[in-house]
Formats: sequence, C-alpha cells, structure tokens
Amino acid sequence: MKTSKIGPWIAFTLGALYFIIPLIATFEFSLRLKRGEYSFEAYRIVLGDPRFQATFGYSTLLALATIVIGVLLVVPTAYWIQLRLPKLRPVVEFITLLPLVIPAIVLVFGYLKMYNSSSLLPLTSSPWSTNLLLTFGYVTLALPYMYRAVDTGLRAIDVRTLTEAAESLGAKWPTILFKVILPNVRSALLSGAFLTFAIVIGEFTMAALLDRPAFGPYLQLIGANRAYEPSALAIIAFFVTWACMGLIQVFGRGARGASPETR
Amino acid sequence: MSFLVIEALRKTFGQHAVVEHFDLAAERGEFVSFLGPSGCGKTTTLRMVAGFETPTAGRIRIDGRDVTGLRPNQRNVGMVFQSYALFPNMTVAQNVAFGLKVAGRSAAEIGPRVDEMLKLIKLPHLAERYPYQLSGGQQQRVALARAIAIKPQILLLDEPLSALDAKIRISLREEIKAVQRTLGITTIYVTHDQEEALSMSDRIVVMNEGKAEQIGTPFEIYNYPRTRFVASFVGTLNLLPGKVIDAAAGRIAIDGREVVSSRGLAGAQPGEIRTVALRPEAVTLNDPRADGNRMEGTIEDVAFLGSVVRIRVRFGESSISLDTFNNPSVQPPERGQAVTVCFAHADLQVLQDAA
Repeated sequence: MKTSKIGPWIAFTLGALYFIIPLIATFEFSLRLKRGEYSFEAYRIVLGDPRFQATFGYSTLLALATIVIGVLLVVPTAYWIQLRLPKLRPVVEFITLLPLVIPAIVLVFGYLKMYNSSSLLPLTSSPWSTNLLLTFGYVTLALPYMYRAVDTGLRAIDVRTLTEAAESLGAKWPTILFKVILPNVRSALLSGAFLTFAIVIGEFTMAALLDRPAFGPYLQLIGANRAYEPSALAIIAFFVTWACMGLIQVFGRGARGASPETR
Repeated sequence: MSFLVIEALRKTFGQHAVVEHFDLAAERGEFVSFLGPSGCGKTTTLRMVAGFETPTAGRIRIDGRDVTGLRPNQRNVGMVFQSYALFPNMTVAQNVAFGLKVAGRSAAEIGPRVDEMLKLIKLPHLAERYPYQLSGGQQQRVALARAIAIKPQILLLDEPLSALDAKIRISLREEIKAVQRTLGITTIYVTHDQEEALSMSDRIVVMNEGKAEQIGTPFEIYNYPRTRFVASFVGTLNLLPGKVIDAAAGRIAIDGREVVSSRGLAGAQPGEIRTVALRPEAVTLNDPRADGNRMEGTIEDVAFLGSVVRIRVRFGESSISLDTFNNPSVQPPERGQAVTVCFAHADLQVLQDAA
C-alpha cells in the first residue's frame, strides 16, 4: 500500500517556515541601515569595529582552549567508563548532564564565591587566572555535548576488543589511546569540538559576570545600543554556527574506516 | 618441561567459579583446542593465558617463564578474536605492521615482514585496503597475519570462524591449520564446533562447567569418551541405560537384552545401572556376517540425509540410531519392519557415569 507523503511534507514545511521566517526577517532588517535601499552597511560597521575583532578573537581562543581541555578530560574518562567501569556510567552521565539543569548564572556565582580574591584559590584576582576560570567554566557548560558525542563515538566501535587486540600486540596505554581509539572516534570528537565552539562563541552570562572581553557581552552591548547592527551580528553568529555544523558533516564524512559492526 | 603449562587454574566471578581445577601441558608446536558449549569456561581460560583475565588461583608458564602476573603486552602471545578486531583506521598493511612498530622494529625490517605475512595469507594485493573494504573471511585472515607477524610464542584463537558462513569456515580452518603447521607455532584454539576441533587439533580439551572433562587426541575423544558429557557433546551417539550383569566378562543388559562390551566395566557392581554408548556408524542392520552383539527390534523411523540414511530401531523402552550409506539401487527399509541390529563387542562403550 502506498502511503501518502502529503502529511510529512506539510509538517516539514511548517517546521522550516517556523525557523526560516524569523531568520529572513532578521537578515532583511539588517540590510536596511541606509534609508530607502538595501546595503551591507551594518555588516561593514560590525566587521570593522575593533571591539568585534578583539572579542571574537578572544572567544575563539577560549573556545580552542576549552576544546583541548574538554577532550583531555572527556576522552580518557569515557574510555575508562566504557572499558573498565561500565557500572559508573549512569553516575557519570548524571554528572555530565548537570550543566543543563544548573543555570550558568548559578555556576558563575558559585565560582565568584569559591575563587574570589580572598579565597584559598583566588582565580579572579588577575585577568590571566580569570581567563583560566572562564575556560574551566566553559568546559563545564560544554560537558554534556562533548561527553555525549565522545561516548556515542566509543559505543560505535568495539572498544574492549580493539584495546585487547592492541595490548596483545604489545601496545601500552598511550599508544592504544592515541593510535587506536582516538582516530576511530575522530568524527565524534569533531562533533563535540564544534558544538563546544558554538556554545563558547555565544556565551554571555559567565563572561559578563567575570568581566571578560568575550563575544557574548559584546553582542549584548551592541544589541542594547544600536538598531541594525545587532541583526547583522545575529546573522554572523548564525553563519558561524552553521559553518561549524557544516564542518562536522565534512570531517565526519571524511573519517576513514569503520568497524565491522558499524558498516 | 612442556612449552605451555597451566597448573590448577581457577577463576571466579563473585561466588561463581567459571574455571576450576584446570591443568594442561602443551608441547611446542602443538595445536590444542578447547571444545565445549557456551559458558563452559573455555574463553575465560584462553583469556587468562592471554593476560586479559587474572586467575583467582593457579599458574601459567610459557617456555618455563611464569607469566601469571604479567600484562598482556608483556607475554608475547598473538591473539585472534571472533570479531576480527582489525583497527578500522588502518589499512591491511598498517594493521599487520602495528605490532612490529610497537616493538620498535625498523622500517627496513617491517616492510618485508608485512609482505611475507600477506603472502602467507594469500592477500598481498589487498595491502592498501581498509578493513571495511574486506569480506569477513579476508578480515579474519588479516587478523591472523597481524597476530603472527610479531612472532609470538603462542597463538591464541577465540572462536575465529564463528562469524563466518559455512563454506568460508571450512576453507579458512584448512588455511589456519596450514599456517600453523608451516610456522610450527604452539596454538590454543577455542571453539564450540566439534568438527572444527576434530579436524584441526593435535589434542582436544573438552570442557564442561569450568572443568576439563577429558583431554585427548581427536581419535581418543571421539572413539573413547570417558564421560556421558563428552560422549554426547562430540558426535552423534546412542546413550542407553544398561544394567551390569557381570563386570569381569563385560556383560550388561539393555532393556532386558544381554550384550557384551570388550572394553570392560571398570569398578562396576552387578545390578548397577551404567550409561552405555554406541556410535551410529558402528551399528549395522541385518548383517549375517557380523560377529558380536545382536538385538532384535522394529524400525521406528527412517531419515534420508543424502549420502547417509539414519534409521532408528526400537527395543521396548530404548532405541538405537544407526547410519547406513545411501545405495541408489537399494530402497531404504520401511517403518515397522522387524530387523536385527548388529555391533561389535569393542564398539560398545560403558561410561563411568550412572545413567
């Protein structure tokens, strides 16, 4: 029996319109800086603003640091949970999901309380150490996405047997982790990395309350004081996010090899 | 001293003992199979030899060296897994070279060794392929090449053919045996397939509930099973309850009919009930020349299996299955036909277990 495809197409079209119409409206509004004509003047102003370049560069740097620390924290943890401590999986999953239920503002107030200049570990006492604290905060915020991505990647390969095969061939832990496991979860790692990047680029609360010159507070500042430029910034932010998603697809598809189970 | 010595090996998970009282001495170059049903402890024993499981008690020695406490990467054993376990991110050649690179061998040494291994498994033309581009049989041959490339002291194979189809399985088991014979490598092979074990092994360890039920050559295991489990697990077998009449003379009654076993009834008492084992291929039908035991019965069932016709003959409460070769010019007997089954005294085995 042939099933009608009209219903799914209506649902898809409605869903697409729900997302696309505000975007088109924002884009159209961002082009109306000059009266009576469409122009990219708002984009020129935004992209030419030294504060845009400085804050975007700062957030990009912190995003990269967050990705490195996140990978170093999550990959060995997820690997050991999968290999040796599967009973701890629910506990670790619960911990990694906490940032989704604890608002960033609660986290940052906790940080300010714990790491203020009169505490035992005064991480807020200098710009450098505050940057470090902000990076750790971002690692926490990105934890649910990074852990899920890596864990899914590890589940798609037979971690235990691959580890044992490498061990029987004389390999030690660093070789197993970097030569056998990591290359086989590359696309999962990239997914986690790009999601982390997208989160860090748009994050406002932590950066604002820790008083760091990040892209999120800049977005808010422009939004509060200008009319057309915030729309241009929103479109740029969307573009950056989409670029990240596109890169996930490109690199994910390009990942070589597959285990027999995943073929 | 034997090349591989396993002494009083025991492994428990919590309160449950999966392997106990396991002893084995394998000679250099010997091909030993662990044969048994799922959960009998054969894979756990193999994994203890590989170093993936730590024994609860007992010792494992390879070439005189105690390896019980060593990590898998310190034992120099090659392992082939049921699921192939090829590294998906590496080509065939890189997979085979992996162990050699880890051992710090030079590129000048690795290249020729990889070529040699690929020639041995007859896949030199697939060196640059990735595992996902190979069939299951090809992947398992690469896994074998990878395991033996490092020149291990012992080769361990954990049900390597289980995931393959029947035709590939038969050709690959011949290849594995040929490679093993060529290299003269001591090999432990885990399988639940009796045909694999019988056709490939120098000796078989039949395992049941964590213990070695019997260790012997395929000929001994098949023809002289010591326990009911071994008898029933290896090959098709008629198992019948027999009442001992005279142990010294080997006389025993099956369903009231007296038969004789020339293999003796060690330690049996008159009146004791013992299990009697008889292979279907040892029984003939209406053979006037046959010398030995004869029993009158009625044909209950006839199954045409192609080259073999399996006939079941009933005697009161018991029945015996027998195999005859198919003869196109002779019709198989009919159900309900009265027949005489004949078998030699030497073919009737009285097992140690009670029926």
